[in-house]
Amino acid sequence: MYTTDLRSPAAKAADPGVADEPQDLVDAFEARVAADAVIEPKDWMPVAYRRTLIRQISQHAHSEIVGMLPEGNWITRAPSLRRKAILLAKVQDEGGHGLYLYCAAETLGTTREAMIEALHAGKAKYSTIFNYPTLTWADIGAIGWLVDGAAIMNQIPLQRTSYGPYARAMVRICKEESFHQRQGFELITVLASGTAAQKRMAQDALNRWWWPSLMMFGPPDEASPNTAQSMRWRIKRDTNDELRQKFVDVTVPQAEAIGLKVPDPDLTWNGEKDEGRGGYDFGPIDWEEFYAVVRGEGALAKERMAARVKAWEEGAWVREAAVVHADKRRDRQEAA
Amino acid sequence: MSEARDWPLWEVFVRSRGGLAHKHVGSVHAADAAMALEAARDVYTRRMEGVSLWVAPSAAITASDPAEAGPLFEPAEDKVYRHPTFYSIPDGVKHI
Repeated sequence: MYTTDLRSPAAKAADPGVADEPQDLVDAFEARVAADAVIEPKDWMPVAYRRTLIRQISQHAHSEIVGMLPEGNWITRAPSLRRKAILLAKVQDEGGHGLYLYCAAETLGTTREAMIEALHAGKAKYSTIFNYPTLTWADIGAIGWLVDGAAIMNQIPLQRTSYGPYARAMVRICKEESFHQRQGFELITVLASGTAAQKRMAQDALNRWWWPSLMMFGPPDEASPNTAQSMRWRIKRDTNDELRQKFVDVTVPQAEAIGLKVPDPDLTWNGEKDEGRGGYDFGPIDWEEFYAVVRGEGALAKERMAARVKAWEEGAWVREAAVVHADKRRDRQEAA
Repeated sequence: MSEARDWPLWEVFVRSRGGLAHKHVGSVHAADAAMALEAARDVYTRRMEGVSLWVAPSAAITASDPAEAGPLFEPAEDKVYRHPTFYSIPDGVKHI
């Protein structure tokens, strides 16, 4: 998910590791992290650790910000005032999460402007899930239940990540995410117990969001070459496949509880799994689709970025006016 | 990118309720202190997390160097006599 390196193979190859760092400092750093010490902004850290974290945290921040778009799309069409107030609060939270994370990334020496520019130039990635369309109101429920549910699964272990500012941002985010997931599940539950058409709408949303949600955890472990280093550095605490399995195991009974069917003919309970604790076996994931979405194929990726760039450019006068206003206010104070 | 200069960074501190100290929660970008307070309200107190806010320019904070943590803090380590538990008191003596 956010811990997954979504850059192209060429971009990864152009960014080799750093060799000539003082070995004693590297060893001391590795030992501290291995002992679960927390690394703070002014501590010495290897260049590769810093760079990986900047990429990971900014990718996470961009995901929160771009994630406002598919849901914001439905604010004016929410079916009741209650739902509209909830959706507004949720979208505002996503903006807040983006800001906590940009701040955490800035403590590593990058700037807000550089990160935003990288996103708009298409150099920085965000979670592929936000390049799927929100076609019906039920999709808003599916996003909260499944997409935020998957995000929580990924984010809970990151509260113990080795980098202090990132871990502290994750604590705040996790506290707020559980509202996101519950409101989505409640929304879907209401539809699933409604008219036949409403139930069809809920099932259709589950059908379209199920597989993309499983893909959110990133490529299978054997195709995630950086996982070992990230886990050693405590900036990733569980593998993609472990988290994906956990998500399937908790989500399938939730779907059953509200009378919806997970769109996977291969889904079966396997009591032998996980050393006899049991777990679901599930069907193969279409990774070709995942990589196509990562590469930014499809009309929606362009639309998402166009919406971000438009908001940024049309907000330029506000940013400029704020600076002029601040100058004026300061000059008046000095004159008084 | 905008031609205007970038908004400076402010550190945000929240007093969660009366009687407690302000605690660092994160940072915001804003053109000046008044706008930083407004942004901090929206970003850090959406769920009644606070009754008071401070913002301070990040650039105004002087922090100790982690590499110097030893010389700075170790001198306190061998001064156990600064703690009440260092002193033995005869059994039966109370209120001390």
